Amino acid sequence: MQPEWIMGLIGGVLIGLAGTVFLLGNGRIMGASGIIGGLVDGTGLADKWIRIVFLIGVVAAPILLAPLVGQPDTKVTDNYLVLIAAGLLVGIGTRIANGCTSGHGVCGISRFSFRGIVATVFYILAGGLTMVVFRHLLGVI
Amino acid sequence: MPLFLALLSGALFGAGLYISGMTDTTRVQGWLDVFGAWDPTLAFVMGGAIIPMAIAWRLTRVVRRPVAGGQFPPAPMPEIDRRLVIGSTLFGMGWGLAGLCPGPSIASLSFGGVQGIVFVAAMAGGMLLAPGMKARLDRAVPAQ
Repeated sequence: MQPEWIMGLIGGVLIGLAGTVFLLGNGRIMGASGIIGGLVDGTGLADKWIRIVFLIGVVAAPILLAPLVGQPDTKVTDNYLVLIAAGLLVGIGTRIANGCTSGHGVCGISRFSFRGIVATVFYILAGGLTMVVFRHLLGVI
Repeated sequence: MPLFLALLSGALFGAGLYISGMTDTTRVQGWLDVFGAWDPTLAFVMGGAIIPMAIAWRLTRVVRRPVAGGQFPPAPMPEIDRRLVIGSTLFGMGWGLAGLCPGPSIASLSFGGVQGIVFVAAMAGGMLLAPGMKARLDRAVPAQ
């Protein structure tokens, strides 16, 4: 087992290369919430195949890698109330803010986008505060 | 060609999320949980991703056009608005609650069990609600 930070760094570089291919290849910003959202609300149907094929790649890669790298891990909570609230918040929030960790975070920060940096600061602060309230004060997660 | 590049990009993205451990919700929550057993991995993932991306943005000035044709994205908008701040705050709350953001939630669909599917369904529901919320947000305080 490799030290976790090395795996994090290697995985991070792959994510950056994914964004590089999408930008230099297709001329687009690799934002997961935008790619998904455009399919869900129908605003991105003009280039739906680009989106669908991208998402197929995202789902397929872990399946192909599982025999090589080992059993995948998610540990998604089985508290469905928390899970549904979290999903709704992520869906609403990323679409109102027009980006998530990949679009605003990886692609925005790397071009010194002020909006990307501000968004990242706010979602990290909100996430950290949520941990304080729901884990340490309420003990829900 | 554009479809092949999109598939390649998606596969690299899925592989990166998987190898880095970002599909593991305890790792993401562990990074956000500064007052618990803090897990620094996510910082290395972000750092590792931003470096090639920064080079890619530089290259857009050199190569002028994307390989598959078309144009590069326009320069980022400078202004910070209510949508960006409120949306990112809501997103961060959901991210903390479940330890999942949109990319990893899709990457873990094949092994995330029923919970993973429920999260993605709720996220899609939220995405459908977003335009209405956005309009309400703009009405609440008259646009700048």
